[in-house]
Order: sequence, then structure tokens, then C-alpha cells
Amino acid sequence: MELGYLFGTVLKMMALLAWIYGLLWGLAREKLWEKALTIVLAFAVIQGAMLFNVGDFSLFSAFDQGLLYQAITMTMVALGLNLIYGFNGQFSLAQWGFYGIGAYTAADITYRWTSGDASGLVVVGLGVILGAAALFGVSRLLRLKRGVPVLSAFTFYLIALVVVGVVSVFLGGEISAALSPLFGTAGAPGPLASPAALQVVFFFSVVFAGAFAAEVSFLFGLPVLSLGSDYFGIATLGFAIVVKTLLVNSDTILPFKEMKGGRGMIGIPKLTSWSWAFVFLVLVIILVRNFVRSSTGRATLAVREDEIAARAMGIDVAGNKLQAFVVGSFVAGIGGAIYAHFMGFLSPASFDFIAGFNPLIIVVFGGLGSMTGTIAAAFGWIFFLEGFLRVLLGQMGTDAPTWRFVLYPIALLLLMLVRPQGLLGTVEWGFFKAKATSKRHKAAGEGSAPESAKAGD
Amino acid sequence: MAEAAKNDDLLVMSEVTKAFGGLLAVKDFSLSLPKGSLQGLIGPNGAGKTTAFNLITGIIPLTSGSVTFKGERVDGLEPYEVTRLGVARTFQNIRLFSNLSVLDNVRIAYHAHAGYSLGDSILRSRRYEQKERELTERALDFLAIFKLEDIADEIAKNLPYGQQRRVEIARALACDPALLLLDEPAAGMNPREILELMELIHFVKERFGLTILLIEHQMRVVMGICEYLTVMDFGEVIARGTPKEIQNNATVIEAYLGKGAGKSAAS
Repeated sequence: MELGYLFGTVLKMMALLAWIYGLLWGLAREKLWEKALTIVLAFAVIQGAMLFNVGDFSLFSAFDQGLLYQAITMTMVALGLNLIYGFNGQFSLAQWGFYGIGAYTAADITYRWTSGDASGLVVVGLGVILGAAALFGVSRLLRLKRGVPVLSAFTFYLIALVVVGVVSVFLGGEISAALSPLFGTAGAPGPLASPAALQVVFFFSVVFAGAFAAEVSFLFGLPVLSLGSDYFGIATLGFAIVVKTLLVNSDTILPFKEMKGGRGMIGIPKLTSWSWAFVFLVLVIILVRNFVRSSTGRATLAVREDEIAARAMGIDVAGNKLQAFVVGSFVAGIGGAIYAHFMGFLSPASFDFIAGFNPLIIVVFGGLGSMTGTIAAAFGWIFFLEGFLRVLLGQMGTDAPTWRFVLYPIALLLLMLVRPQGLLGTVEWGFFKAKATSKRHKAAGEGSAPESAKAGD
Repeated sequence: MAEAAKNDDLLVMSEVTKAFGGLLAVKDFSLSLPKGSLQGLIGPNGAGKTTAFNLITGIIPLTSGSVTFKGERVDGLEPYEVTRLGVARTFQNIRLFSNLSVLDNVRIAYHAHAGYSLGDSILRSRRYEQKERELTERALDFLAIFKLEDIADEIAKNLPYGQQRRVEIARALACDPALLLLDEPAAGMNPREILELMELIHFVKERFGLTILLIEHQMRVVMGICEYLTVMDFGEVIARGTPKEIQNNATVIEAYLGKGAGKSAAS
């Protein structure tokens, strides 16, 4: 069993990596139908594997599926972090906090919904939409007046968001009270209590969770991102600790009884299916890649390379950092929402900042500034650490699983010694690759080569 | 302030002072750059030349005085805003985006005028596709002017020094400036590279109708291409004039060589 199991897990991991690289390859095709076909095929392959059960043999057991969903959420969080740390050069420990915010936000929405209460969805939805409008409005106003100090700007944004929060709690309470008859009773469920409605609510809970994390990150990042990189890192550590502390006390100092504070939130509907996980994974991959491969993405890289030179090139460095930070946090929030709905249980202990080093290690391991590497490292990490290593060492005795935290850091040390730039460095593959752009002169055949060679000796 | 109203002056600095704590790095510094001129800013090490550049581009805020560019006050603006108004610069120690390709270095300079928003790029709208293609074409055409098109895909840090300078100047010009500030462009160059650089400066000035202000220690460059010089020492202007006049100015010689040297050289 041991060897067979080990072999099987390694094989599955290889197959998954091949699968994801196939997906990246297919998404990089030119034609739209080729991309669409790739997405459908990639979805179907895994779905098929999940359905493949003969007797007591299942190709993709519940345990494996759990690993897969974990790998997907970790991929999202790490991709977002790579945007902030790898591409923009801002060392951040706050990513895990945004992951936690996303997880709890989405969980609260669906939890309340399944207990016949629409207030979670309505209040968060209203808050997020009005909040975005308020942030946009304030930023427009601030642009009219030049040279507003960053802390004053922060205060304006904060006031706007507090107002929006109060309004949406009040309005949302009214609306959800009006909606409550539509849930019906336990005996005669209303239209809102149907499973289809729950799926729609789940979709919105994920999107709103991401958006909520993004808006919090905007407010947090605005004053803090102007600090130098190391100081910013310390500030983000503080943020992660604040989030965890608030989650631990969510039923006492925050008014969320259903989150049950440090005891952990139970009874979250397990809504993460392969379809949803896949859809959001693809959306996140496309979002991050489209951000990086754009003029804004190039500006992001310029800020990482040299802030002063970036300023001198007309790049709004503070604004650019904020953009990357907000998009990265949005992605983390989505990852958290997906995580909450496959676990069905959330404990603040999972959002401790120590655990927040996991995505950081994944990003460094895969290569700072390589989206391909991040995905490989996230899948590798989950299957290596949580998968076969746990099972394999589990055979050795009850204390043995602890050994993985000796073996794994040694592997990490070795990698950093041999390849400090991470597994893939900044190499990209398929969909993530920048389009080749400078082929033109070779086709045109302009003969300026000797001259530039002369200048370059 | 009355003299700042002259219309043909692209850049006017009037009585600019910058204090770092008790140290006056730049003191009552005034300078006016007529449109289309090529002026030099020279002085011994630590005279405050680079600080003056940083004050123009807004990297450090000034303590008092004013900087006017195209008739508009620019002191107090963010550096990127100053750049977008048309001031570009190079740095004393080359500051290329060293892990990026030459092409990307230039395309980054186009960022402010990319013509599409973040939303366009995330949704990959038609506008994104079109503008991005235009932008790349424009960058390649631009590199071709500097005979850098063939190394467009090279990573900037792998280029030889002289060529890095060339890329840096090209990148600064890609910001579409009216005023170009060059901070010691010839530093660390061999004589042949210096000759190429002087040609390049002349070439870009004509080609792009630029006004140029440069800091330089290489007297060959300064005397060879500058029309007018401003000499600084200890944060103050100690002399102004054509290169000929400056060469024979006793105060300048004293600042460079020490007291007493001025007298013997002048006599």
C-alpha cells in the first residue's frame, strides 16, 4: 500500500501539473474557439477523473479532491502575493489577512442565507458597491486639489467608507427584512431558499468577498505603501495580527455571533464544487496575467526595479503600488471565499500570520516574478506537504508527521542555496509569456546590426 | 518674479534654496534656460548640482524660491507630474530598469500616454489590443532612431556601459520632453564613447527640438558642446558665461584648484 500509494500520489501530482500547463498552453492560443475548447477540456478531464469510481477504487478520492481545492486556493493567494511582492517589490505579510477577510466575509454571507437571512448578502453587497463608488468619488475630488497629504486623503476615504458602512447596514437591514418572507418556512421553502438561489448567492459571496478585501486593502495600503519596503513589511505584519485578533474576538468585540470567535465558525455550506473552483481559478489566472502584461504591469515592474527612475519616467509610483496591492488582495479574498466553502469550517487559527508565510514561501520557491512558477510551487507545496508526505510519514508512527517540517525546510534551504531566484526565476510559460514583439526588424531585414555591434563593444 | 515672465525661457529657477537641516545644499540659485539652448552646470564635487536637478524634477521639495516650467509653477508637484509636463532626466549612476528588456524600458516611458486604462487591459478590449500594438511599434521605431532596435530584446543590465547610457537617454526622450536634464552623461566613459555621446547629444537636440541642461565633469564635453555655463560651488552660483569666459574666470579656477591657483593662472 505504501509504495503504491506514494507512486499514485506522485503520478497524480505530475498529471495535475501537466494539466495546468496544458491549460496555460491552450489559453495562449490565438483563436477564441481554441481557448474555449481548452477551458472545456481542462474542466472535463478533472471532472471525469472525479467521477471515475470502480468499486472501492476512486481515481480522485475525496482526500485528493480536498488537496486539489487547497492547491487552487493557495494558487490564488500566491498569485496575488506574487503581484505585490514579485512584480511590484513590496514585501507583504498582509496577504494572509486579506485571505482571512475574504473567507469570513463569504462564509458569513452564505451562512446567513442558509439560515433564512439575506442580510449578509444585502449588506455586504450594498457596502461593497457603494464603497467602490465612494472611493471613486473621493479620489476624483482629491484629484481636483493638488498636493493633498496622504494622511488627509486617507481620512477622507475613511470617513466616506464609514458613512457608506452605516448607510448599507441600515438600508440592508430594511431590504433583507422585506426579503425574509421569500425564504418561506422549513415546511414550505420559498423561492430564495432553493438550491439554485444558493448557487447564485455563492457566486456573489465570492465576488463580494474579493471586493471587500480589495477595499480594505485600498484603505490600508494608501497610507502604508508610502513607507519604504521594510517598514511596509512590518506594517503588513501588524495588519495580519489585527485581522487574526478581530477574528478571534468576532463574537465579542465584533457583532458577529455566528462566527463564534476563537471556537471557529461551523456550518458553512460546502458550496465549492469543481465547477466553481475551476471557474474562479481561470478568472484569477486571466486577471493577474492581464494585469501584468499591460502598460500598468510594466509600470509595476519599473517600480520594483527602481522607484526613483520610475518617477522620473512619469509613473505615479504611489498609485501604481496601490493598484497592484488592491488587485493582489482582491485575488486573496476570492481564494479565501473558495477555501471557506470547501472546508465548511473556519478557525481564526488558520489565519495566524505564521501560516501567512506559506504563500510567501510558495512565491519565493516558484520564483519572484514568475506566475508559472507560483502555480507549480502552490500545487507542489500542497501535494508534497499535505499529501504524500503526511501519508508516507504517517506510516512511521504517530509523531512522524512532525518530520515533514524538518524535511521540508531542509528542501527549502537547499533550493535557496542552489537556486536563489526560485525554481523558475522569472521564466514564464504559455499563457503567462509576454508576446514576442521585436521580431519586426528581422522580417524587415534592416541592416543596422553591424553599427550597433560596433557601438556595443 | 518679474523677470520670470520672459516668454522664450523654458525653465526659470528663481532664488531656489534647499536646506537639509542646517546645511544649505543650494542657496539662492537662479537659472533661466531659453528655449532651444544647451547649457552646462558645472562645479566641484558636492557643489549642489545634482540637488539642483532633483529640485527641478521634484524628487526633493525645495525650501524656498520657485521653479517655473513653460510659464507654470512646478515646485510642489510630484516628480511624475513634472515629467508629464515635459521634463525628462538621466541619472549620474545609470538607473535603467536593469532586469527588463531595452524595449520594455522604453515602453515604460510611454506609460503615461498609453491610451488605455487598467480596465481595458484586464478585459483585453479592442482598444487595448490596438493601443498596445501602436505603442510597441512606436517604441521600436524610436529605438531604431538610436540604432538600438537590434538589441530591443536584450536585458538592460547585460549591455555594455556606453550602450546603457544610450538606452537611458533614449528612454528619457521617450517621455516626449521639452527639457532634457543630463546628469554626468560622460561619467565612466572612454574617449571614443565620449565622442559618440557628444554626437548623440547634438543629434537628439536637433532631432527633437530639445532644450538641454547638463551636469558634467569632463571638460572636453562641457567646453565642446555647451553654449553657456553656470558654475556652482557650495550651493551658490559663482560664475556664469560662455565656456571661453569661464575658462579664464579666476573664481572658477580657485573653486576647482584652491586659493592662490586662480591668481597664478590668471596672471
